[in-house]
Amino acid sequence: MEFFRIKRDIPFMRHALVLNAVSLVTFIAAVFFLFSRGLHLSVEFTGGTVIEVAYQEPAHIDEVRKAIEGLGYHDVPVQNFGTSRDVMMRLPVLQGQSSGQQTEAVVAALKAQTPTVELRRTEFVGPQIGKELVSDGLTALGLVIAGIMIYLAMRFEWKYAVSAIIANLHDVIIILGFFAFFQWEFSLAVLAAVLAVLGYSVNESVVIFDRIRETFRKQRKLTPVQVIDHAITSTISRTIITHGSTQIMVLSMLLFGGPTLFYFALALTIGILFGIYSSVFVAAAIAMWLGIRREDLIKTDKRGTNPDDPNHGAAV
Amino acid sequence: MNRYPIWKYLVIAVMLLIGSLYSLPNLFGEAPAVQLSSAKSTIKLDASTLSKVEQVLKDANLTVSQMGLEGHSIKARFDSTDIQLKARDALEKAFNTNPADPSHVVALNLVPRTPTWLQALHANPMYLGLDLRGGVHFMLQVDMQGALAKRAETLAGDLRTALREKGIRHGGIQRNGQTLELRVREAAAAQSAQNLIADQFPDLLATVTADAAETRITLAIKPEAARKVQEQALKQNITTLNNRINELGVAEPVIQQQGLDRIVVQLPGVQDTAKAKDILGRTATLELRMVDESSEGRAAETAAGPVPFGSERHLDRNGQPVVTKRQVVLTGENLTDAQAGFDSQTQEAAVHLTLDAKGARIFRDVTRDNVGKRMAILLFEKGKGEVVTAPVIRGEIGGGRVQISGRMSTAEASDTALLLRAGSLAAPMDIIEERTIGPSLGAENISKGFHSVAWGFAVIAVFMCVYYAMFGVFSSLALAVNLILLVAVLSMLQATLTLPGIAAMALALGMAIDSNVLINERVREELRNGASPQAAIHAGYEHAWATILDSNVTTLIAGVALLLFGSGPVRGFAVVHCVGILTSMFSAVLFSRGLVNLWYGRQKKLKTVSIGTVWKASATSQAPAATQS
Repeated sequence: MEFFRIKRDIPFMRHALVLNAVSLVTFIAAVFFLFSRGLHLSVEFTGGTVIEVAYQEPAHIDEVRKAIEGLGYHDVPVQNFGTSRDVMMRLPVLQGQSSGQQTEAVVAALKAQTPTVELRRTEFVGPQIGKELVSDGLTALGLVIAGIMIYLAMRFEWKYAVSAIIANLHDVIIILGFFAFFQWEFSLAVLAAVLAVLGYSVNESVVIFDRIRETFRKQRKLTPVQVIDHAITSTISRTIITHGSTQIMVLSMLLFGGPTLFYFALALTIGILFGIYSSVFVAAAIAMWLGIRREDLIKTDKRGTNPDDPNHGAAV
Repeated sequence: MNRYPIWKYLVIAVMLLIGSLYSLPNLFGEAPAVQLSSAKSTIKLDASTLSKVEQVLKDANLTVSQMGLEGHSIKARFDSTDIQLKARDALEKAFNTNPADPSHVVALNLVPRTPTWLQALHANPMYLGLDLRGGVHFMLQVDMQGALAKRAETLAGDLRTALREKGIRHGGIQRNGQTLELRVREAAAAQSAQNLIADQFPDLLATVTADAAETRITLAIKPEAARKVQEQALKQNITTLNNRINELGVAEPVIQQQGLDRIVVQLPGVQDTAKAKDILGRTATLELRMVDESSEGRAAETAAGPVPFGSERHLDRNGQPVVTKRQVVLTGENLTDAQAGFDSQTQEAAVHLTLDAKGARIFRDVTRDNVGKRMAILLFEKGKGEVVTAPVIRGEIGGGRVQISGRMSTAEASDTALLLRAGSLAAPMDIIEERTIGPSLGAENISKGFHSVAWGFAVIAVFMCVYYAMFGVFSSLALAVNLILLVAVLSMLQATLTLPGIAAMALALGMAIDSNVLINERVREELRNGASPQAAIHAGYEHAWATILDSNVTTLIAGVALLLFGSGPVRGFAVVHCVGILTSMFSAVLFSRGLVNLWYGRQKKLKTVSIGTVWKASATSQAPAATQS
């Protein structure tokens, strides 16, 4: 079986300008929604109490809400979680009342309505933890970006490092943009997914850059644009198949993982789809705009003894 | 060229053997069990306890499937939860004859069904996180500022005593937060006070400001002493939490220090979460103070006058007011134990307190000077004090063994003892994170996580086999080996598996196939360019290796960052993610190459490779065909 019967190099870079414009618009829209709507942060970041209860019969959200408002809470989000029998609610932090007391009061009020209701899960996070998580999350993001850039700059050249990072940050911002636009809950798991995507989709750029370097070495007559086109064309089948396989796994999580893994898998899905696009069109195109040249990479070739050289000792 | 030396095959075989052995325990599941452990340091479990347990269960007609002394507890496995519950009741009755003062902890537990020969190899299943087995998780923040302020208060008391002993006249000691201020009028007295502080109070740093009227000595706790106070406070709190949790009867509680001022408590399988929260959430501290016996104090006690300066009014548990001095004689820090018991002479119910050396010395001095007066033991919860008991001092008490008795029922005595024990926290704590997961949700999470991995794996494997034919089979086998190794490493590390961890496992598999796709596509490409099958396999693996390394390093950077800065669920994700990347490097490159070499490498005149369709464009139209030089 072969899905990709490509006769000649596809001129990807011919459309780079248009596609980069599209990218820019998506990016700006994502930033806009991030600022205008903001992220719907989970209780881990904001502090507060989440209570999940299960009913025997499909739950009446309105009655649950009424019971909670009867306890003096206003505008408490009450929603179904997973199935129509599970209900999740988020209570704000109350001064002078512990989370345990809050939970007990709520469960008592719900039991008064429906005696069969069962407490499934509670989660309480103090406000100071939330602040720490935000700063830890940002530190982790910074560390990932710096680490990847340094590695790529060492392995390739700074132009590649810059374009790979821009392309992948563009993915991250777009994922966040989706979460802001649809007001999906942004939890710690989603943050982990975002960082994993950052590492994962840099892969994609690395594979293409590897090919660019190889083509530069082997095909001395090609212009940089042709080299890029050739590199992308010869890796496109691998790109699609790899991402397809990863997506199968993520899809499986999306379908079977239940509500806890849903947004995690969703963030990965968006990340994987945009990852393909951004490595092909954004990373390669930025590398092209930055003016990568054969001379930047061939330096090592003349010495011929660089042990880092991937082609070292591999002449066939 | 596609041959491995024997030692490489051996390495692969050994890795596979170890991997299978250590991932095996995860397949056996868990058996309901009852766990018996000692609740007191004085009671040790031994072979005789084991035979007693055997006897008790035999008398109750309960069949045990496996039983043994493991570490500090006896674990008895049963076939059903029904027998388990009966066994718990029987053991509880036999071992804890006095329910008010339990000597053993009898807890329900789920114990892995790992066969003994695997246990002998230290092969144990992965430890399931709370989100998979159900239970309670707390993160407690220790109020270090409070601990330091309390330490300052104690030091102020010590200083007062020392100054009095030396006969140094002073204008009072005042505590402002964590610093003390000592005022002295005469210059000579100021000098001797300073000498005294330098001599007897090495923890205090003195700064002297003198003006015409008086000398002020500001005393701050030295940073190293403060650090010691904090360390001790944390340690003391962990010990206290241990004792409190013992009272709950939890099979395998986790009580760990996190960072400098936090404690994580995890109680797997606890169903009565309200009780757990109640016992843990009691952020109480204990203080011993003298009752204000002055006439003003007595007047204030009957609400006939204002509370005198330097005293405070608290209520006891019956609502009777007691006026105590502010000065703290002893804190819970110096109290090592409190037990309910009986007076040896009068057979009255009593509470026996044990003090540490310093506490004993102070207690002796205070009781000698205050015979006939009352001493109050106060329990502070969330800044509100309550008098637990206010006994009259009958005589000088030395040796640190204190007995409180008189007008107490047995139940009251054991209540008081429990409160005193529970109250001996060095510093107040607040719950800053709390998670409760019902047991049914845990089981559901396991099955959801398992299904995600299983279905994803199956679809990928089928696709690989169809698309890449024989090479697809190799890739799928490599993926299976990756899963086995990943599980084995996690089991060896005894890492805690959580739902995000399972997600990371699924993701690791989805990403690991990338390396095999890279290799297979490379081999196809070489074949397309006209290389011979053996050369194509060789070149495909060689060329793909650099790319695989690069891409795994970048993924690993992200994983390590998550590991360093992630907390809780994210860390669980990161551990599996990082281990998964490392095992995938082995399985996708070394193992799959081994398979290919074994299958094709021996054939000298290999004509075709089963790697699916190798489609060739007509050579003329392929512009920059990467020809090999």
